[in-house]
Amino acid sequence: MKPIIRVENVSKRYRIGALEAGYATLREMLASAFVAPLRRLGRGGSSEGETVWALRDIDFEVAPGETLGLVGRNGAGKSTLLKILSRITVPTTGRTEVYGRIGSLLEVGTGFHPDLTGRENVYLNGAVLGLRRVETARKFDQIVAFSELEKFIDTPVKFYSSGMYLRLAFSVAAHLDSEVLFMDEVLAVGDVAFQQKCLDKMHEIRREGRTIIFVSHSMTALVRLCRRCIWIEGGRVVRDGDSHRVVNEYLSANWHVTAERVWTDGGEAPGDETARLVRVRVRDREGETRAATDIRRAVGVELTYDVLRAGAVLAPKIDLSDEEGKLLFTSHDAGERWRQRERAAGRYVSTVWIPGNFLAEGQMVVGASVVSHAPATTLHASAPKAVGFQVVDGGHEDSARGDHVGPVPGLVRPLLDWETDFRGAQGGPGVTDPLELTSTQ
Amino acid sequence: MTGERTIAAEDAPAAKTYALPSEPVVANDAQVSLGVRDLRDLWRFRELLYFLTWRDIKVRYKQTVMGASWAIIQPLVMMLVFAVFFGLLRIPTDHTPHLLFFYCGLLPWTFFANAVTQSSVSLVTNSNLITKVYFPRVLIPAATIGACLVDLAVASVILFGLMLYYGFAPGVNLLMLPALVLLTLLLALGLGTWLAALMVKYRDVRHVLPFVFQVWFFLTPIIYPASVVPERWRWVLHLNPMAGVVEGVRASVTGRPFDWGALAFSAAATAAVLACSVYAFNRLERSFADVI
Repeated sequence: MKPIIRVENVSKRYRIGALEAGYATLREMLASAFVAPLRRLGRGGSSEGETVWALRDIDFEVAPGETLGLVGRNGAGKSTLLKILSRITVPTTGRTEVYGRIGSLLEVGTGFHPDLTGRENVYLNGAVLGLRRVETARKFDQIVAFSELEKFIDTPVKFYSSGMYLRLAFSVAAHLDSEVLFMDEVLAVGDVAFQQKCLDKMHEIRREGRTIIFVSHSMTALVRLCRRCIWIEGGRVVRDGDSHRVVNEYLSANWHVTAERVWTDGGEAPGDETARLVRVRVRDREGETRAATDIRRAVGVELTYDVLRAGAVLAPKIDLSDEEGKLLFTSHDAGERWRQRERAAGRYVSTVWIPGNFLAEGQMVVGASVVSHAPATTLHASAPKAVGFQVVDGGHEDSARGDHVGPVPGLVRPLLDWETDFRGAQGGPGVTDPLELTSTQ
Repeated sequence: MTGERTIAAEDAPAAKTYALPSEPVVANDAQVSLGVRDLRDLWRFRELLYFLTWRDIKVRYKQTVMGASWAIIQPLVMMLVFAVFFGLLRIPTDHTPHLLFFYCGLLPWTFFANAVTQSSVSLVTNSNLITKVYFPRVLIPAATIGACLVDLAVASVILFGLMLYYGFAPGVNLLMLPALVLLTLLLALGLGTWLAALMVKYRDVRHVLPFVFQVWFFLTPIIYPASVVPERWRWVLHLNPMAGVVEGVRASVTGRPFDWGALAFSAAATAAVLACSVYAFNRLERSFADVI
């Protein structure tokens, strides 16, 4: 299919001097005209040090209807790329083509003027973002209703609270009809209820089949929303592909969290003369290594280890923490088959299954070890933070979330059995109405 | 409801088929080029020009008691001051009533000076727009000039009032007035956008302009008629494109013959300024977001 976004060999160079000074004056220009050649001489004729490449040889295409994730640390070049795509700034080399109008939920409220009323700003902002006047007029009621600012729409926005301001700004941006959208979930603004509205709106936009470039630092959100991710680092594309894989590689590079860890060199592998870890990985039922898992599905942690001393009684063990390092639980093999049983020397593979509908959404970090419990608990092989994975909540009703919309708090999110009995109509025998009690006092 | 909230990447939505245009809507090229696409962009964003103009007018007179009458007060007060001072000095006015004579000069000049001064700072004051969203940048200074044009329209009420008062019947010459306004507008646009683009990088423009306009004011026959300059040296005076305009406005009001030579030179100078401006702006525009 013909791509809707095409980026060809794009590089962008910034002059550091220009960035620092902000602006030049004629005097500075004249002065530097005399000084710069001398300075250049001193540096051996090179002016390379005065420039920085924000982007280097970027090439990719996006198909219509695709949701593309962009990952990378701050300053990696993500926003420069978006600026070039939307034509705010010009590439130093190469070219970009977008076969549709571009809307952005990254920079809301652009062009809002404090002295103008909400109504006036909606029209102005619409025009700035490329809406025709008739289009804004047609959507005006929808925009205002979404922002919940009907009562204040004829008040100058300088009297708005920052929350109201953002709500109006987001509403205008969210009602653009552009075929291509830049967004970030963090942008959901306002109080919790309005944030949820923002998120719902974003998902609605996504379902409409529009092309989206999604920038986020939330790996969970990226994996949830995008099939494909591009990882940019130092202005270059490091990886472009399936988002599970890209996110996993990104995490392992930046946080040393990976879905699979293998120790090929026996000397480096964690272990002692009794047992030694060979491999730890996160897997699904089909045996695939997974960096991310659906919150409803069971996820396995597989430990491969060598028992070096015959006759050892051992138990493989894991501990699972959230991204803040808070320990959720530990678990070791206490099953009948290997408990108190002496093992022959050789290779073992143990898998522990964490049930679906049990963990909360987010990043999980797993430590793996091999221990013995008699006479005292001894750690034979230990790999703290060996692997990690994302638990992704797709918002399905058959998860613990049920019909609840919005964030679900808590360290774990088990799907528990509830029993509710009907005990007769209200005010039945033995029930005192608390209202009646207070009114008689 | 089932599946409505389904947002996992696995169940990507059935795309609403959007017919891709054969030409990119937004293209960004490292190569400098000025072509049809820029014109098409201007057309696409034509309503923004209206909205930015409207914003500039609205914002300028928000929270003012006098509102748009400020547009009249500036040239009106200047006219009275000149009438008192230069009237006492008995400066020749080509037998035109003093008040009308001065106002004919002040009206286009005030418009021109305000338009150029305000548009030259417009890009810098709108830097938040420039760094965050794309549209043809020229719309910002153009809108500022548009707002000044509205001021001109308001202020010209006084001109017609003076004409009536002094019994100058509107003649054929008055038909030239819109053309003269257009000429001034184009000159202001050319100069204003050019200076605005320069100002993005060199803030010196802000400091130089008031001084330049003060000198320029005296080089323009506003408080004196062009006829005070000897015929032989008149062409030097007309090197200033505003000289032809100001004299032209007087001729169109009083019904005296136009100095077509001076007007032709003004038009040629305006065309030259505009051409340079388009070239310079188009080149400088590319780095606005990076250096502003």
